Amino acid sequence: MSKVNAILQGTLNWVDERFPLTSNWKAHLSEYYAPKNFNFWYFFGSLAMLVLVIQIVTGIFLTMHFKPDASLNASGVPVAFASVEYIMRDVPWGWLIRYMHSTGASAFFIVVYMHMFRGMLYGSYRKPRELIWIFGMVIFLCLMAEAFFGYLLPWGQMSFWGAQVIVNLFSAIPLIGPDLSLWLRGDYVVGDATLNRFFAFHVIAVPLVLLGLVAAHILALHEVGSNNPDGVEIKKKKDANGIPLDGIPFHPYYSVKDIVGVVVFLMVFSVIVFFMPEFGGYFLEYNNFFPADPLVTPPHIAPVWYFTPYYSILRAVTYPLFGIDAKFWGVVAMGASTLIIALLPWLDRSPVKSIRYRGPLYKGFLAAFIVSFFILGYLGMLGPTPMRTLVAQICSVIYFAFFLLMPIYSSLDKCQPEPDRVTSK
Amino acid sequence: MSCDDTVDCGRRRLLVATAAAGGVAGVAVAVPFVASMLPSERAKAAGAPVEVDISRLAPGEMMTVEWRGKPVWIINRTKEQLASLAKIGEKLADPKSEKNMQPAYAKNETRSIKPEILVAVGICTHLGCSPTEKFKTGAESGIDADWPGGFFCPCHGSTFDLAGRVYKSKPAPDNLEIPPHMYLGDAKLVIGEDKKA
Repeated sequence: MSKVNAILQGTLNWVDERFPLTSNWKAHLSEYYAPKNFNFWYFFGSLAMLVLVIQIVTGIFLTMHFKPDASLNASGVPVAFASVEYIMRDVPWGWLIRYMHSTGASAFFIVVYMHMFRGMLYGSYRKPRELIWIFGMVIFLCLMAEAFFGYLLPWGQMSFWGAQVIVNLFSAIPLIGPDLSLWLRGDYVVGDATLNRFFAFHVIAVPLVLLGLVAAHILALHEVGSNNPDGVEIKKKKDANGIPLDGIPFHPYYSVKDIVGVVVFLMVFSVIVFFMPEFGGYFLEYNNFFPADPLVTPPHIAPVWYFTPYYSILRAVTYPLFGIDAKFWGVVAMGASTLIIALLPWLDRSPVKSIRYRGPLYKGFLAAFIVSFFILGYLGMLGPTPMRTLVAQICSVIYFAFFLLMPIYSSLDKCQPEPDRVTSK
Repeated sequence: MSCDDTVDCGRRRLLVATAAAGGVAGVAVAVPFVASMLPSERAKAAGAPVEVDISRLAPGEMMTVEWRGKPVWIINRTKEQLASLAKIGEKLADPKSEKNMQPAYAKNETRSIKPEILVAVGICTHLGCSPTEKFKTGAESGIDADWPGGFFCPCHGSTFDLAGRVYKSKPAPDNLEIPPHMYLGDAKLVIGEDKKA
């Protein structure tokens, strides 16, 4: 036995002299000290990585059978649409791989929204973690691009008309808009050229950027250390060896904790994949079971659920301003609604980080923000009526007020004193 | 940067010039890649005019044909529908079709060559959905009680009248586009080509 150990140790030494294996293992896992008071909300970072792996692995296998081709086959069905049907019906286990991928897309957004909300609850974006938050926001934007490009690929009715609407968003930009959307489509209408390039973006361009950003996100986190539900810095109180008194090594403590999260997540994920992959039309929209028809927009068109809050904000802008069409301002409002989240580190002037020590003003604004986010999301799935547009306008104002008024209310708020060290609630 | 014993300014200038030249070359190499995403010669060549026989299009009916991958509507409007066009002027964003969304020969009250036949590109000027026909008038249309008939875009709720003119305070900024078209005889229509030459 000791002979085997000696051989293993020798091999490890051989590697360590040539590659920083042990030192990286220590820096990022066995000697990365994370606060000991992580709670439920801290599952979602590692779950996001799990879903990323699921999407990459299932995606690779889907590309083996999918054909990004909008031309019609012998039976008059677009080749891309038919190849997805082929994956579902004829490829061994193809249905499972595709349902994992389509469920994974929605799961990705659920997990990432929870992860972002955690950051807002505990002030994880505050100094010195601004860059982690920025990298995270760019990851979120990439994720939205990835979801959008991927949604065109099955070449169903919702794929086609969704892409038509989003690409036309760019045409609202004054002067360069129409040429820009022509360049994005590669044709005068969404067509074969568009499908091919979206495939290229979806399977290689965006995933590469995404992986790089995830690495940057984690490197930045491990440089400054994790925040925690109390929002106090554990690095301020260290023992004689320089180890934070409230820190515990990520491995094995949090690797084991995260495995519990993974198991529970996979149970829920499997129930959806096996028993309700369409999830009542929210994960896979029913209109996408019809092949793309450039002549007829489905009577009810809505984006997939994770885009609906921003889509509602787009629709809520109905009047022109400064002599430019409402269409342009709708696009500006929609873009601003996603980008403004990145400014949180500079908008928040509260003396404390965590919701546990914040005053009633912040809690009230956060609650109003969450409620309007859900209402906007719900309205985005429905067709527009004058009443719904009015509600969406009110909710959009609340959405932006949460961010734009934050410098005022967060500094006026009556906060409680932060503890010196983390608590064990 | 100061020129002292440790910095050779001549070499430093050469370095900056080399980096700048390299940067220019890098940008130049990006041009073909960006340009490769523009519509190909094949895409540009597509889009021939379409001939349509409208002899069987009864008053009040509508047909859709494909031109350059887009739906083009041909609507045979009834007398009542035509009469309604004049009454709703103040509810429209551009009732007189001042904006350049139609050829000169369709810049009139009915936005058409023959008063009853409307030829329009069925693509909403907001974000490119194809509006749905709502020819039923009044409350039955589901829009409002004095709806005179027209089109409703399911994506963002823009409404258009039976001449493709957009209503005020809707997301769509412009009237529907009228494509170039002409008649070859009474019931034969060509879309995508006109006699202006």
